[in-house]
Amino acid sequence: MRHRKKTVKLGRTSAHRDALLSGLVCNLIAEKRITTTLAKARAARSMAEKMVTLGKRGTLADRRRAISLLRRKDRVAELFNDIAPGYAGRAGGYTRIIKVGRRMGDNAEQAILEWVDRAAVAPKKSTEENESATTAE
Amino acid sequence: MAQPKSKKSKSKTRSRKMSKHGELPIAVPCPECGAPRLTHRVCPSCGMYKGRQVVTIDAGE
Repeated sequence: MRHRKKTVKLGRTSAHRDALLSGLVCNLIAEKRITTTLAKARAARSMAEKMVTLGKRGTLADRRRAISLLRRKDRVAELFNDIAPGYAGRAGGYTRIIKVGRRMGDNAEQAILEWVDRAAVAPKKSTEENESATTAE
Repeated sequence: MAQPKSKKSKSKTRSRKMSKHGELPIAVPCPECGAPRLTHRVCPSCGMYKGRQVVTIDAGE
């Protein structure tokens, strides 16, 4: 029985959904932060956290399981070698979701999904923008 | 067939419609720049969230 086994379906068939999620998590591994809809971010967070758990243990079986789910050996290698070891002292909660606002066009709530404790390739330029905003006040 | 006895007033119509009206989202001033922003969202004018630069906002001439 599938009682209480809830899955975010995202309006897709299971194969389409699996492909989408592995793509999102692979991009998160490569880019360190991704911007997507809130529902997709939440679904991808669930998968990303499980992948980090695999990476922290890092046995051959874990690596093969990650490759079968993520479908990319290079991303799994980056996850296992670079990202997962940094979370050795953290028991879950490896990612963060920040709500950004609604998208023009379809009014979908957007969110940023990023690794916790990792300097994402982020925002510069903002300091002078921020200062100009405050001086404009 | 039964018919309405008289035309509904604007007040009656609008009262009924307001009762189905949803709550509007709450905007609060951003603690960094003071511009209005939605709660639990990145500020659209300065890109800050919880005292951290989260998004780069292009100045846009």
